[in-house]
Amino acid sequence: MGPGRLSMPQMIIANRLRDGAVVFLAPGEGWELAIAAGTVIESGEEATRLFAVAKRHESECRVIDPTLIDVEIKDGTPRPTAIREAIRAFGPTVRTDLTEV
Amino acid sequence: MYRYDEFDERFVHERVAQFRRQVKRRIGGELTEDQFRPLRLMNGLYLQLHAYMLRINVPYGTLSSKQMRKFAFIARNYDKNFGHFTTRQNIQYNWIKLEETPDILQHLADVEVTGIQSSGNCVRNITADQYAGRALDELADPRVYCELLRQYSFLHPEFSYLPRKFKIAVTGSPNDRAAVAVHDIGMRMHKNEQGELGFEVLVGGGLGRTPYIGQTIRKWLAPEHLLSYVEAILRVYNMQGRRDNINKARIKIIVNQMGIDKFRELVDKEWELTKDGALKVPDEEVARINAYFAPPQYETLADETASLAKLRAGDKVFDRWMRGNVIEHKVPGYAIVNVSLKAAGKAPGDITADQMDAVADLADRYSMGEIRVSHRQNLVLVDVKQAEIHELYRALVALELATPNLGLLTDIICCPGLDFCGLANARSIPIAQDISRAFTDLDELQKIGQFTINISGCMNACGHHHVGHIGILGVDKRNEEFFQLTLGGSSDQHASLGDRLGPGLPQAEVPTAIRKIVDKYLVVREHGERFLDTYRRVGLEPFKSAVYGAESQAA
Amino acid sequence: MALIKNGELVESPFVDVSGASEIPVAGSVIVSLEQWQAQRTALLARGTPLGIRLRSDQSPELVAAELPHFALVALEFPKFRDGRAYSYARLLRERYGFKGELRAVGDVLLEQLLFMLRTGFDAFELTSDDPLRDYRIALADFSVWYQPAADGRPTAMQLRHRKG
Repeated sequence: MGPGRLSMPQMIIANRLRDGAVVFLAPGEGWELAIAAGTVIESGEEATRLFAVAKRHESECRVIDPTLIDVEIKDGTPRPTAIREAIRAFGPTVRTDLTEV
Repeated sequence: MYRYDEFDERFVHERVAQFRRQVKRRIGGELTEDQFRPLRLMNGLYLQLHAYMLRINVPYGTLSSKQMRKFAFIARNYDKNFGHFTTRQNIQYNWIKLEETPDILQHLADVEVTGIQSSGNCVRNITADQYAGRALDELADPRVYCELLRQYSFLHPEFSYLPRKFKIAVTGSPNDRAAVAVHDIGMRMHKNEQGELGFEVLVGGGLGRTPYIGQTIRKWLAPEHLLSYVEAILRVYNMQGRRDNINKARIKIIVNQMGIDKFRELVDKEWELTKDGALKVPDEEVARINAYFAPPQYETLADETASLAKLRAGDKVFDRWMRGNVIEHKVPGYAIVNVSLKAAGKAPGDITADQMDAVADLADRYSMGEIRVSHRQNLVLVDVKQAEIHELYRALVALELATPNLGLLTDIICCPGLDFCGLANARSIPIAQDISRAFTDLDELQKIGQFTINISGCMNACGHHHVGHIGILGVDKRNEEFFQLTLGGSSDQHASLGDRLGPGLPQAEVPTAIRKIVDKYLVVREHGERFLDTYRRVGLEPFKSAVYGAESQAA
Repeated sequence: MALIKNGELVESPFVDVSGASEIPVAGSVIVSLEQWQAQRTALLARGTPLGIRLRSDQSPELVAAELPHFALVALEFPKFRDGRAYSYARLLRERYGFKGELRAVGDVLLEQLLFMLRTGFDAFELTSDDPLRDYRIALADFSVWYQPAADGRPTAMQLRHRKG
């Protein structure tokens, strides 16, 4: 991907190995449960760099299958644009009593 | 029901220890995810949208109250207080942690329950008729053979890395409630001309991307050859099944590619060499297992239909419930009671931990401590005294487990869908909820009559949409959820695959479409025939125009 | 690559030339099916023990009649998930009566070893930091087996009814 500004902001999502929880790559290269605490990526260069970090964490058996996803910022909070990723971030739409965050 | 002996006990505990080791190696980095994935799948552990999902077998749908209580315990202590019963008579938990899974499996092993081979490219849970051993229309109880197959298939060294998953179902009744025609191997028990009990063997059925109805590979198989014949089929499949394309790897693909006659030839050639060998099933083992499935000690009771009729006359809802949810039992004075997991607005097949414990108590109190799981995602209590039905009913009502819709429009089969499953294209549960909320009038449901709606969130068809009278399939169109309807499917002994009705509909239009189909059916049907029969008589067109055509535009 | 045979770490007397363009004139070699078919006479004339290596899409049926010429058959697991060789191994042992070395090669790992042992393999090119340790771990995993296989281990069914 090119180094310049992305058409849409992105984040990196993964599942934690030990408990399977959905996590987002966050500032300081840790992983956070809450999407609001994750790093919003604005440039292609940053995306490449942080994705490499995520892949390293995968080989270190911390997370599984890190992916770059598109997000939009709504009321100051990032929200995945794809339904699937939104469900991963916010929980099942049918059991709202189970929603984390 | 079957009880583990020393061998079974030792086996499951050794299996848990092995998996504990495998988890440790994974977390410690000795195994990559690629190397670990089949190992965890063969213990029932998936990685899904929110966490790991654990699938636990209920072998041929038979469960004890003790095991059900353990399911509740797992839900409370390791998950979010509920579980989901599936179309393969399994239970699934959605928020499992990898590092806790060995402990969970240990708890389950302690009550003779496992997740062994509930997933993976191996032989899966052997499923059967939920009324096995009790239904009036049954020829023989298939469960002894299911148990033989279960043990035979567990950690079979030759068949643990098949091209793809392998599903077997067995029915002991000519009225097929186990959907055998859409399994990789389906077996129908019946008698040959000499009056001997055996199996008609079907092969190559299956749903998913390319659905097929199974074809008869053998008209009658003697029970002593059950294992050697299955082994011959599995061996041909293991060696010849495609490994180049995951979507073309099921046995149904090679059976249909080469034709059933050629496939039979290959299997028979293999079987000729093994049929009288070590896999011949000894009578002693059949007798040993059969003893566990011996009918319980029934009391000699009078038939209570008359007194029940009085109660029904005074209580319309009870009457409706009895009509659909209570089935005639082999033994006078007893009945088979269906426990509905299809309350309006709820996710089909879901059950809370509290409900699980309550059902376990009810099973002990009213049904000899045994519970059955139906592939239609309901539970069954198979040995209820007629005299106690009303009391049981009241208890079920209080638990929201008495929805009087068994076999009716809102007795919907529904996969977990995009709310839970990483494979899905669309959310299936909201569709089921919308439909069940739109059709709550009992009179209307009764008038509409026998109906199956099956909903799948993707092509993998875990919701069996191909074989629903109405099938609903979730598809993804540019990040929007659309739903394709099919009509005329059936999973019984006259199995058929549904026909595509038309282009996909957005979520909001699905309940309306169902309403239009139902309305058209009520206009067109003759002599009160079922929807399925109307469809088979008049075809797609009337329904197509009702939903998409001039009629729908005018409305 | 470590070779475990009959539970011990050994040096293979065979040289695997199945991927080579030239076969050495002397020494025990393992050849591919294609090499065997092309140079059968010459290979037999060498007079040293011969091995054959089959890919996962090459059923042993192709060489069943020729097995007396081979001291060794190597079966490939190109990926550990490709389970065809388990059937091939059983056929070699139970159908064709092959008594020589049956060697698992390719993606051969601890967690599949017991299945390999049960289906008739007796030698393993094991990918591992400590192959002997892995071998012993695998062997000890289970003491109950439900189905008859090439290893002759008694099944639960057989043991249950032995008492008569």
